[in-house]
Amino acid sequence: MIIRILGEGQYEVDDSRVDELNVLDTQLQEAVEEGDADLLGPVLAALLTAVRERGAPVAAEVLVPSELVLPAPDASLSEIRAMLSDDGLIPG
Amino acid sequence: MTMGIARRLALLFRVKANKALDRAEDPREVLDYSYERQVEMLAKVRRGLADVATSRKRVELQIRLARQAADRLQQQASHAVELGKDELAREALTRRSAALAQIDQLQPQADALKSEEDKLTVASQRLQEKVEAFRTRKETIKATYTAAEAQSKIGEAVSGISEEMGDVGLAMQRAEDKTAQMASRAQALDELMASGALDDASLPLGQRDDIQAALEAAKGGEATVEGQLAQLKAQIAAPQAPAQLATGEGTQQEKEA
Repeated sequence: MIIRILGEGQYEVDDSRVDELNVLDTQLQEAVEEGDADLLGPVLAALLTAVRERGAPVAAEVLVPSELVLPAPDASLSEIRAMLSDDGLIPG
Repeated sequence: MTMGIARRLALLFRVKANKALDRAEDPREVLDYSYERQVEMLAKVRRGLADVATSRKRVELQIRLARQAADRLQQQASHAVELGKDELAREALTRRSAALAQIDQLQPQADALKSEEDKLTVASQRLQEKVEAFRTRKETIKATYTAAEAQSKIGEAVSGISEEMGDVGLAMQRAEDKTAQMASRAQALDELMASGALDDASLPLGQRDDIQAALEAAKGGEATVEGQLAQLKAQIAAPQAPAQLATGEGTQQEKEA
């Protein structure tokens, strides 16, 4: 499975590892829905670390869309909400 | 994964890519259209990068100037105390406090801009590589496949590069937002410096402007200045006289103020 970390690039993560990531993604969603900025930072950091550790970076010459896209490490609650609420905010 | 954050974000990127794909009758036209967009995007990112670098350099120059001013004012305060001109020394130390407060404010800005610049540099290099890969793929697809055969190949390449451009675009937006915030503060500081608020204390005093007054208040300016003045006096008095004398003079100053 291809996963992108915004601002960082894409990783290929074996499908068998996805369940672990799923748990963290659910926590991330809770943090965003409840507006819990104190929870957001650690959960996002754990999620990104898991992707980097379990995944291999996708080579520069490979062009492939991602199945999952994760916010940048320093993304704020409001930035994540803005991205989710309006696809017009994603430029390019 | 269920419909978590990560999947929703991925879908939003894909919606954008699909809009581009739906536009053309012959899917191969999408290749050229997308490539043009990519080249434009690369140019935009390079301009953005230059803007962030310019802002960073401006802030760094302001830090250097404020540091020079602080050093010069420190020396002037010493000279003023030697000459027994306490008012002038006080003025110099007050201005020095303002200069130091500026440095404290500017350093995190310079660091933040440097961090955005670094991120954007990496992003633009990655996009450059992806655009190059796309160009090669585009020619291969056009040469090898019929319109019908090309469809799926084009879909993947265009979605992949479209997502990359969205990612870089977001990085650009963040950098632009930070740069814009800092540009107005840098402008205010340029005006403050031009007003002479941080200039030699020996020059005739102009009107103190509001920014400097506010900064001094925030820094607890007066107390600090009096403390520094007493310290200077102690340093100068120390070689010839016992310490009590210097302390005594400092206390007298505080009463006067």
